[in-house]
Amino acid sequence: MSGSTAMRADALVLGGGIVGASTALHLRQRGLSVVLLERDRVGQRASGVNFGGVRQQGRALAELPLSRRARQIWGDLPRLIGIDGEFEVTGHLRLGRSDAEMAVIEEHCRAAAGYGLQIELLGRNALMARFSWLGGVIQGGSFAPDDGQANPRLVSPAFGEAARRAGANIREGIEIVAGRAEARGFRLVARDGSEFFAPRLFNCAGTWAGKVAAWFDEDVAIKPEIPQVMVTEPIAHRIGPVLGVVGGDLYLRQIPRGNVIFGGGEGAVSEDWLRSRPKPAVARTTARTAVGIIPHLKGAAVIRIWTGVDGDTADGSPVVGPSRRHAGLFHAFGFCGHGFQLGPAVGAVLVDLAVDGRSDTDISGLGIERFLDRPR
Amino acid sequence: MSIVVVGAGPAGVRAVETLIAHGQRPIWIDESPRAGGQIYRRPPENFRRNSRTLYGLEAAKARRLHGAADAAARTADYRPATLVWDICDGAVQTAGPGELGVVPFDDIILATGAMDRVIPFPGWTLPGVFTLGGAQVALKAQGAAIGRRIILFGTGPLLYLVAYQLAKAGAELAAVLDTSPASAKRSALPRLLADSIMLAKGFYYVAWLKAHGIAMESGIEPLEILGTSHAVGFRYRTAAATQREVAGDAVAFGFGLRSETQLADLAGCRFAFDPLNRQWLPAMDEEGRALGVAHVYLAGDGAGIAGADAAERAGERAALALLTDRGIAVSNARRRWIRHRLARIERFREGLERAFPFPAHLARRMADATILCRCEAVSARHLRASVAGIGAEELNRAKAHCRVGMGRCQGRVCGAAAAEVLAAALNVEIAAVGRLRGQPPVKPLPVGLL
Amino acid sequence: MSASAPGGQFVRLAETARRRIVIALGDRPIEALEGDSLLTALLLNGRQLRQSEFRDGPRAGFCLMGACQDCWISLADGRRLRACTTPAEDGMALEEIS
Repeated sequence: MSGSTAMRADALVLGGGIVGASTALHLRQRGLSVVLLERDRVGQRASGVNFGGVRQQGRALAELPLSRRARQIWGDLPRLIGIDGEFEVTGHLRLGRSDAEMAVIEEHCRAAAGYGLQIELLGRNALMARFSWLGGVIQGGSFAPDDGQANPRLVSPAFGEAARRAGANIREGIEIVAGRAEARGFRLVARDGSEFFAPRLFNCAGTWAGKVAAWFDEDVAIKPEIPQVMVTEPIAHRIGPVLGVVGGDLYLRQIPRGNVIFGGGEGAVSEDWLRSRPKPAVARTTARTAVGIIPHLKGAAVIRIWTGVDGDTADGSPVVGPSRRHAGLFHAFGFCGHGFQLGPAVGAVLVDLAVDGRSDTDISGLGIERFLDRPR
Repeated sequence: MSIVVVGAGPAGVRAVETLIAHGQRPIWIDESPRAGGQIYRRPPENFRRNSRTLYGLEAAKARRLHGAADAAARTADYRPATLVWDICDGAVQTAGPGELGVVPFDDIILATGAMDRVIPFPGWTLPGVFTLGGAQVALKAQGAAIGRRIILFGTGPLLYLVAYQLAKAGAELAAVLDTSPASAKRSALPRLLADSIMLAKGFYYVAWLKAHGIAMESGIEPLEILGTSHAVGFRYRTAAATQREVAGDAVAFGFGLRSETQLADLAGCRFAFDPLNRQWLPAMDEEGRALGVAHVYLAGDGAGIAGADAAERAGERAALALLTDRGIAVSNARRRWIRHRLARIERFREGLERAFPFPAHLARRMADATILCRCEAVSARHLRASVAGIGAEELNRAKAHCRVGMGRCQGRVCGAAAAEVLAAALNVEIAAVGRLRGQPPVKPLPVGLL
Repeated sequence: MSASAPGGQFVRLAETARRRIVIALGDRPIEALEGDSLLTALLLNGRQLRQSEFRDGPRAGFCLMGACQDCWISLADGRRLRACTTPAEDGMALEEIS
């Protein structure tokens, strides 16, 4: 392939989820030309079909600075992307169903305070008094008033549209099949033979980013995670905060229209990781867990069950940061099913690093090196 | 070998009957408490009207089908009042009275039937407005008329059949208003002669209605269903382009039928756009084997609208194909006869489509303010805004943005019209906007049941 | 029994020789016949089944064959039922229409 036929820009972004789209937007804000390459449509995969929780509470500590930065951006969404994405600060309620789970909650509250997170610990009585719709074996919980929910179907594509309006070259329907590092930058090759070249490359390829990283000798094992979510018909609005439990086997939110969206467990995925579908038995388990915690859900009808494909790393936290092998290459992937809230900040921080060489947001705990140093 | 048959309309009945006749004992799952489907729907057991009253000119066929169904139900593992809500990994997920189940299968025949094809008009969500099929269910299965003074509009043979059945049963009809012009019906006559008996019945219904003074018009354009808290009338444009209003407290409408394909989608069938049905349908070979997935067979209106007679033949055909694939000898003469019979019906069906064309243009130029998706109260304006807003170029993308098809019915009711509106907004062929993907459960399931 | 109660949508044309049953809509008794669906029972005695959640007015079903999902209503104990495919049973208690 002749290098002179490659499309060139200051930066290439591989992947059009919320991570890639926010990266493209921030690159444009810093005046860099950018080509974003997306296999399907922007915000169509995990970014567009996830649960929609926007929370800081409950994250690994290494994620909290990024999450705090993201929370600022969430509040500023209308200015940044033109819509609020139905972002609502409903608060997030994390429930503990046993002594062990309460210990996890208490420890997190303690540690998170050091990162500026205000979380209120609640014992069982206080919890039941405040949230009358709770039932079942709940020992207590923690309430994070600054967290909330949003609509991923609106937000993720909107980041792409904002990037496009800002002058990013968004190329959809392009499947990149190969990539290599060269002297002056990075070359990506599409299935149809077209090529793209830039001195900076942002690997935001979601579940498939581990394979992309391997093109550049930074092999990180990514396993597909298939979050399964379902939604009820609209019912009377009673559940204010977004709900989660220690262990993550249930997450739930009620939207202003009245539908209750809740999920847990995993569905099934095709060999190529491109198609996923729900597992009926998992739906039943999740429904039972939900009814155990919110008895009045029993009467509502489920109208739809769906799944998405995300990527899991070995330690449950994403890879975000510069490559350790190639200057100008940046990684952002492996969000383990909880990347939606982080997405808007990932782009901001990576672009800080790419343009300024530093960022006020500490992502040192999310570097790719923590996986590269391990034996395979 | 385990065989599941889904549906107990004409196609499902004959499929099960054929399997039993070749020594099989299929598991037969149907949503209704009694077999028969829609045209031959049976009222609850304690109802008294005889088959002549219920089915008119189809009484003999109905009796034969019900007899076959009842006989088959005694041998098959028959599970009525049971919904199949998902298919995956070689099993169907069921929701029977009060409990869920999982039924594995080696082969499955899907005979899931159809519902009316509708176009939203201003006022269509008002109380007192139903589909033509719904008006027929009220009469047949409940012995009730949908109102005191009923307006029927739309197009298709069902318009005249329902009018005849209602009037004969003593309901008052305000008007029977057909969007298809008289010229369309005339030009279809040669094809309709492929089933001269069916054609004669059609003439009979129209003649009867005329003789009984029922107001009928052709070539009308529906404008609005009138009323604030319930239907009080209907405003339309006549073939001569004058506006008219007719008073009535109930409206039933429809424009032919559309296949229920959600289970075929979940089962992994490959779909293809069918221009005659103007719908994406599960693709199958000439004997009913689904393409793109093994061990799945399709029959009846659920795989393309062809009517009850064709459904009976197609149900038998699918069963014969299944048996053949399993190495069981079947009559080739019978297969040939079925093929011949279905070819004739196909010609008749083309005639029907020509006589009663689906007025896609009415859907395409639906007013912005019209509620398009009634489950989610999404207007045509919102769907069109998805094109401008996020460049949505196919239905699922538009759905994610504006919620069309996200409600309880999963796009069954609005899907056809939504496709027309989106295609018109994009100025592309109807097939280009794709179809709404099926997602389980195919119908709402109480959380408590799960 | 009259063909239809005043203010009712449906009109009985036949099949009136069936056992009478009574269901409750809120605290209002509704007379019906065994074999009536909940939808039939309610629409013989009124014109509405529910209010649309999205404030675009009252609804009273559409397809009557369990396809359109327009006729979901609630029992007094909170359970959800599809009115057109659920038989009315003597003593059933429905939540009042809101």
